[in-house]
Order: sequence, then structure tokens, then C-alpha cells
Amino acid sequence: MASLKEMRNRISSVKATQKITKAMQMVAAAKLRRSQDAAEAARPYARRLASVIANLAAGVSGDGAPALLAGTGRDDRHLIVVAAADRGLAGGFTSSIVRAARERIDTLVREGKDVKIVCVGKKTTAQLRRLYSDRIVENFDLSAYRQFTLSVAQPIADVVTKLYEAGDVDVVTLFYSRFKSVVQQIPTALQLIPATVESGASAEGASAVYEYEPSEEAILETLLPRNLTVQILSALLDNMAGFYASQMTAMDNATRNAGDMIKRYTLEYNRSRQAQITKELIEIISGAEAV
Amino acid sequence: MAKLHFSLVAPERELFSADVDQVDAPGAEGDFGVLPNHAPFMTTLREGRVTVRDGSSVRLFDIQGGFADVGPDGFTILAEHAVEAA
Repeated sequence: MASLKEMRNRISSVKATQKITKAMQMVAAAKLRRSQDAAEAARPYARRLASVIANLAAGVSGDGAPALLAGTGRDDRHLIVVAAADRGLAGGFTSSIVRAARERIDTLVREGKDVKIVCVGKKTTAQLRRLYSDRIVENFDLSAYRQFTLSVAQPIADVVTKLYEAGDVDVVTLFYSRFKSVVQQIPTALQLIPATVESGASAEGASAVYEYEPSEEAILETLLPRNLTVQILSALLDNMAGFYASQMTAMDNATRNAGDMIKRYTLEYNRSRQAQITKELIEIISGAEAV
Repeated sequence: MAKLHFSLVAPERELFSADVDQVDAPGAEGDFGVLPNHAPFMTTLREGRVTVRDGSSVRLFDIQGGFADVGPDGFTILAEHAVEAA
């Protein structure tokens, strides 16, 4: 059994840890609010852009369609962009995204497809490098950015576009964590290239009467790369909110566990302290009786 | 008199969304003004100033590139970058 001093040290060290986890939980909660707002605020743009592209895509048919929309017509070479966290201490946040991506990668490899990987986030790179170091073509460390803007998403989009235009990949899929609520983040696969277009019957009717300046194709040509960037940006923003949500939950659990530990140790400490006092008393009394 | 529903959206947030009388914007092939019940129209934008008029009030925004969509349900500018001009 541990000595009383050892137990006292143990209790005070757990108490110190609890203070840290509690502080981290509160910081995460504050940051969660901010990043949730940022993710919310970015939605209108992404939504409108998607609906405009859906409108346009309905009008542009077959051969005239830009490569980003039409694809290469093959699906032999895949690029998987995995976006997760730059920092740890957030429970299974990164792991759950990486797991989803790994399933896809392994399936594709088994089917004999060529798979390349782009990692976004320091922790993502660390986890994926162990398994697929030869497949990773690029990795991004976003830990320096406190807020995600288009200029953060742009370099990632550039790498993707470059690989695509060079003819190195046919299909690009982005893995990230969709922020559904504070307690629910869903690892999601989003196909970036060829662009997925939400189809609606109403879109076709509306596009017929539109007037375009310059041409439909030219507008689509400029919008598609931007849509790519915006999709990456909203994925990053969702990720950020999800990261803080799961960090908050993880730290809340850690604080609670630390509390349980402190209670258990204190009980044990008091018991052995009492036992020792009783033992000493018995020794003194029996010593006095002997005299 | 009919009003035009105008919204100016930047990637980070929505800057403006309300019913107004007239909006002037810098199109890639020339500036244009949009009044209520404008015919459906789409264009890319260049760098410049967007003027929003509602009654006697005027609001100015500086945008850098983007895209304008005039549809049956209003006028939307998706700007790459936008700030309200002083």
C-alpha cells in the first residue's frame, strides 16, 4: 500500500490535471461558439453558389461542359483529400475521419485503382503517414491559422486542380466531418471532381430564360474552380466547429473522470490515515498498560 | 412600387440582404443597374463598387470579383471579397 505522502501527492497531481482539463473545456466551448457562427455565416454563399451552378449545369450539355464538371470519363485514379484536425486532445475526432477515409482507400486499392492522398491537418498527416506514406502527395498544416478564410482553402484547391489538370487523377473526394450538432459530427465523403450537382426539375425551366454575359460556358468555367475552393472552405469550417465540439466533450469527460479519481483517492487516503491513527493509539495504550 | 430583393454575399458571411429600389454593379462587360422586375440575367463581375439605393438612402460596397445572378426572386451578388465602403 502506498504511503500517506505518496497518496497526498497523487491527489494533488490529479487535482492539477483536473484544473487544466476544465480550463481547456471552457476555452473549447468559447471557441466552439465562434467557429459555429463562422460555419453558419459561410453557408449562404456556398448554398447560392451551388444553386447557381445547378442552374447553369442544366443548360450546358454534353461535350461543351467544362472538365471540372464532366470529369475525365474514367475512375481509375483517385485523389482522396482528408481534412481533420491540427491538434489533438479532442477524443476520436481525427480518428473517425481517418477511419472513414481508410475504408474508402482500402476498398479502392483492392479494386486495383490508383490512389493518391492529400492530408489537411497535422494530426491527419501523422495518422495517415503510418499507413500510406508512399501515397501521400501533399500535406497541409493549418495550425497557424486561427480563422479560416478563402485564402486558407485556396492552396488546397490549387493542389487539387493542378493534379487534375495534369491528368494525374480522375476523381477527387474530400473527407471531412460534417457538423450536425455539438454532440454529432458525421464523417462525410464529398465528391469534388467531377462536381456533384444537385439536380432539380425547377432548375431546368429557369435556365431557359436567362441571359448570360459573357457566355454560359465562360461563367461556369470561372464558377467551378471557385465552387471547389468554397466547398473546401466550408468543409474546413465544419471541421473546426466539430473539432471544438469534440474537444469540449472530451475535456468534459476528462474533468469528470478526474473528479471521480479524486473522490476515490481521498476516500482511500482518509481510510489509511484513520487506520494509522488507530494503530498508533493502540500501541500507546498497550504500551501504557504494560508499564 | 415593387421592390427588388438584393443580397450581397461574401464567402465568410452575408453582408446585405433587404428589399431595395435599385442596385448598380460593375459587370465584367460593363456596369449595369438592376431595377425591380429585371429580366433573368447572369454575369461575372470585375473589381469595383456596388451601389444600393433604397428611397433616399444609399449604401456602397467595394467588391473584388464575383458573380451576379438576377432571377425572378431577386438579385444576388456572390462576391469573392466585399467590404462596405465608408
